[in-house]
Amino acid sequence: MADLRELYQQVILDHNRSPRNYKRLPDASHTAEGTNPLCGDEITVYVLLEDDVIKDVGFQGSGCAISQASASLMTSAVKGRGTDEAEQLFRAFHDMVTAGPDAPADSKALGKLAALAGVRQFPARVKCANLPWHTLHAALTGVHEPVSTE
Amino acid sequence: MTTLHQVSRAKASAPPVLDLRRIRADFPILGHLSNGKPLVYLDNAATSQKPQSVIDTLTRYYQAENANIHRGVYELSQHATLAYERARAKIQRFINAAEPHEVVFVRSATEAINLVAHSYGRSHLHAGDEVIVSVMEHHSNLVPWQLVCEATGARLRVIPMTDAGELVLEEYERLFNEKTKLVALVHVSNSLGTINPVKQMVETAHTNGVPVMVDGAQGAPHLPIDVRDLDCDFYALSGHKMFGPTGIGALYGKAALLDAMPPYQGGGEMIRSVRFEKTTYAQAPAKFEAGTPHIAGAIGLGAAVDYLHNLPWDLIQAHEYDLLTYATESLAAIPGVRLVGTAREKASVASFVLDGVHAHDIGTILDQEGIAVRTGHHCTQPVMERLGIPATARASFAFYNTREEVDALVAGVLKVREVFG
Repeated sequence: MADLRELYQQVILDHNRSPRNYKRLPDASHTAEGTNPLCGDEITVYVLLEDDVIKDVGFQGSGCAISQASASLMTSAVKGRGTDEAEQLFRAFHDMVTAGPDAPADSKALGKLAALAGVRQFPARVKCANLPWHTLHAALTGVHEPVSTE
Repeated sequence: MTTLHQVSRAKASAPPVLDLRRIRADFPILGHLSNGKPLVYLDNAATSQKPQSVIDTLTRYYQAENANIHRGVYELSQHATLAYERARAKIQRFINAAEPHEVVFVRSATEAINLVAHSYGRSHLHAGDEVIVSVMEHHSNLVPWQLVCEATGARLRVIPMTDAGELVLEEYERLFNEKTKLVALVHVSNSLGTINPVKQMVETAHTNGVPVMVDGAQGAPHLPIDVRDLDCDFYALSGHKMFGPTGIGALYGKAALLDAMPPYQGGGEMIRSVRFEKTTYAQAPAKFEAGTPHIAGAIGLGAAVDYLHNLPWDLIQAHEYDLLTYATESLAAIPGVRLVGTAREKASVASFVLDGVHAHDIGTILDQEGIAVRTGHHCTQPVMERLGIPATARASFAFYNTREEVDALVAGVLKVREVFG
């Protein structure tokens, strides 16, 4: 049986309760929207990019604890990083949450993001964890249509 | 009229109660485990479970009775045709329609509504015309009308509701004018549980010379349906929500309306004669049943209707009312829980939100306890927008649910609070 404590770790509950970087960037250079219409999860990601470095990043939206915490952890992780690094993290994160339930999480590369590894045991919730990342990816690659992970 | 004598006699013997153990034994899935715990199935508004008699009917059909209908001269085909048409007559009696040919077999309630929207709607709506819908429609009784409006230039008018989830009838009456061509109305709201006063609302529409399409997907599992008493012009049924198979539904339409409507889809079965110069169509219902229908599904739905027919409906309704009252009181007693949809007339649906916890997180935690509820907007986004909430968790009960299952739900929600601190 999947472990609820794995999914709802303190880190996740904390980031859900007080999300970091929950803000709109008025001077954002890149913006994208993500929406999972069946869930009702909605997110807008704002990025201020300078010389391919994420100088600032914020998000707004509503959704479950997993999507909110994922967005909060994501923005904390990519702030100050180059877009290449951010895309690498995106891939590592994606691999982590879509790996089988028993695959080890590469916590060295992912740092605090590894807190979301528990999602792997809850296939119905992977899309919640992924939505902020796909939205960030869309912002960085200039996708104008809202993205979805459903 | 109840006499004093009858009252005292009723008091003397124990009041009749629903034999829940026997009823639950009719539904094999209810004995299964989910996530290692006894399944507590509280998502009946999404789909209901199937009694053994329906399952057996489907198996028997495919094992011993399968043939295409309305065309074979051989015995097996004639038998299948008879069974299919007998199922139609069962549904006719179940909803008290005047004639069997007023019942059209379709894929789902959604298809029933699309049929009316495309066939009746497109032939009767013109630019500037108006279709009245309510704010609590399921997307299936909203989007088809939006599509027809887009194609014809007609527009939607919306009946508002109160915070409790009751339609504002004074506003409804004010929406009618000479441009009003149709009312499309949900009988029982899937997300709020509200039972709308359909009979009264049909009367209002008819006073204004306007026909009414009723979405009965959530009505038939909870209420005896009498289309002649309601006097509605169309009524949509969903097979899988009323303990029948998926992939089958029925549209009731008054004979005069169905006869005058153009076909919805073209193909075999629905024609009288086909020539390149001119094709003529069969009478209703065949006119609307192009292609080989879901024969097994229709016969299975007939078996579901038989099952429902044999239930003690007065006891069923008393039991569902008890479940709803008990669930409402028990959930409301949990700190931070707020019930969504508190109409005076309600079916056994308890939608709720919990402070600081999104519905999906509630759903995941309940799932670990073997409890199946639906979370999200329940295909009623306008309702969520009207109430200013993104989603609810919804427990929807059928007659086979028990007070013990309500207790399990309450314990599960307490666990959610514990996890979220």
